[in-house]
Amino acid sequence: MNDRLRPALAPVINESGIAVQPLYTEADVAASGGTMMLGQPGEYPFTRGIHPLMYRKQPWTMRQYTGFGNAADTNERFKYLIENGQTGLNVAFDLPTQCGLDSDDPLAEGEVGRVGMAIDTLRDFEIAFDGIDLDKVTVSLTINGAAPVLIAMYLAMAQARGFDVKALRGTAQNDLLKEFIGRGTWIYPVEASVKLVGDTIEYCAEHAPKYSPVSVCGYHIRESGANPAQEMAFAFCIARAYADEVIKRGLSIDEFAGRLSFNFNIYGNLFEQVAKFRAARGLWAKIVHEQYGAEKPSSMWLRMIAGGGGSGLTFEQPELNIVRGAYYALISALSGAQTMALCCYDEAYTIPSEYAQRLSLRTMQLLIEEMGLTDTVDPLGGSYYIETLTNQMRAEMERIIKDVDARGGIVSLIADGSIQAQVSAQAYQRQLDIDAGRFRKVGVNCYRIDEEDPKVEFHPYDEANAQEQVARLAEMRATRDAAAVSRALAQVKRAAREGANVMPAIVGAVKVYASVGEVTAVLTDVYGRYQEPVRF
Amino acid sequence: MNAAMHVKQIRVLLAKPGLDGHDQGAKVVARAMMDAGFQVTYTGLRQTPEDVTRAALEAHADVIALSSMAGSHLAFCRKLKPLLEKAGLGQKLWIIGGNIPKQDHDALRELGFKGVFQTGSRLEDITGFIERNAA
Repeated sequence: MNDRLRPALAPVINESGIAVQPLYTEADVAASGGTMMLGQPGEYPFTRGIHPLMYRKQPWTMRQYTGFGNAADTNERFKYLIENGQTGLNVAFDLPTQCGLDSDDPLAEGEVGRVGMAIDTLRDFEIAFDGIDLDKVTVSLTINGAAPVLIAMYLAMAQARGFDVKALRGTAQNDLLKEFIGRGTWIYPVEASVKLVGDTIEYCAEHAPKYSPVSVCGYHIRESGANPAQEMAFAFCIARAYADEVIKRGLSIDEFAGRLSFNFNIYGNLFEQVAKFRAARGLWAKIVHEQYGAEKPSSMWLRMIAGGGGSGLTFEQPELNIVRGAYYALISALSGAQTMALCCYDEAYTIPSEYAQRLSLRTMQLLIEEMGLTDTVDPLGGSYYIETLTNQMRAEMERIIKDVDARGGIVSLIADGSIQAQVSAQAYQRQLDIDAGRFRKVGVNCYRIDEEDPKVEFHPYDEANAQEQVARLAEMRATRDAAAVSRALAQVKRAAREGANVMPAIVGAVKVYASVGEVTAVLTDVYGRYQEPVRF
Repeated sequence: MNAAMHVKQIRVLLAKPGLDGHDQGAKVVARAMMDAGFQVTYTGLRQTPEDVTRAALEAHADVIALSSMAGSHLAFCRKLKPLLEKAGLGQKLWIIGGNIPKQDHDALRELGFKGVFQTGSRLEDITGFIERNAA
């Protein structure tokens, strides 16, 4: 359209700062960089998908975030979800476990089993995964600060059950750097945290080569206030920090990059998110190939869970979150994610009910069974708008990465609180925009209603259940081989002090039922604890 | 009332109780309070009741504000109340915000938390409440 003929329109700027035109043509695609980065699905640079046939061959893995109470409660919910067609597990741990504290720690009081499953020793892991075929159902552990211990427990549990650890698939979140930006279950100082992530990658590359020891999370950075382009750019900076740590130890990029995975957010403008994922796939492949010299295609794959959407959901009119969740799932499916999980409609109120979890699962199944989302690869590919926006989003991500590097790199910017201050300033601006009605949220600043009490089933917190967990731990401490535990913990300490990889010693310790809190205490003795730079 | 009209700047101690790491909301509220003219001390994460009491004394806080997203607010506030009272902070304004189910609001008010701000509260409602109620 000739500019002079175009009526005066209010500008539309997406969250990543890109101006959206009322119409796109071939000329816009060309002006934004053309189709150089497009390629074919399954071929470098993988913009259209990491596999040639994508969902036509296998739909995304469905992996709802689940866990509460003790291991037996969670095991029951796992089995319910599997019976209902879920194809993977995504494990939620309670806050004491996430912070490396045992259930009988004074700081754990009132928190045991509240927001996730309580894990103290390998015994709890044995119960949690009892009767679940770990070859058929892959397990993702949403654990960060305490990840070295819980990865060790998972591998030890699988091995004891007779699974071949060399062939075992699964994922640990284990992205300690992003915990300093969002989520906040850090334990060790920043440098030690990077070292520990390096230990897990190095250990798994040798002992559990099919296991994904890290899932680098843009997700929580976005929840903390980052825009979609920053979400990807900061995550890639963090992934590079881990890669650098491992390469420093003598591994080649192709020995571990294929097992790096990612976790991203799906709320927001549909087209911006789809373009974000397509752009990110090409950019990650380019970084791993051009900057790190990877040769194996699988090293360049952006394997990702695209899910959640928590910050997009609202407390007001919670049933609207069911509808939002369906659109978010559509975004994820249109983006070629390997795994999907959806926040449930009741999450602004409570731990999701069984009913809410099933609704989320059915939402994904509807896309597969009724909506044709698995019929063809990258169905939005070739749209003038999507291709232009993909190019623009990629350029914006590259600009942000350059900026981070110029400011001293992601590790130092996290250590001094700069990234935290940057995203929290944006979160504040967003809240001001919502309060003022400039950023529209249905049911919040427009289309409000006088609401009755929402129809939400509250998840009860069972204090007696927490007491039982504490009693179980006491019994374990009384019955295990105390001398073996002491020896094993001494090995962990020695490895940490010597700067060696601590994973072999941690695996040894969890096998004799050393607890999460005991191993963590040994490590904090050596590494110290993170001191939060309080900047906002 | 305009913040500038206060003879004395309102001092707020804003804390994240317990192990909950969700601090986006707390930091947003901290900025809103600063823009409203208050002097804000934010504790950061992982505060025990003892930590909060100590920090409130050190900050000479007129307002003690908690941000809780992970459900342990009642247990925490029950422990905090006697500590604050013992420290002579019983007459200060206590408020709490975050993921606080409606059925817990009365119990929190009875414990002495005069303001309870559910997820979705407008920032100016929070700062306005403080301006009207802080001593």
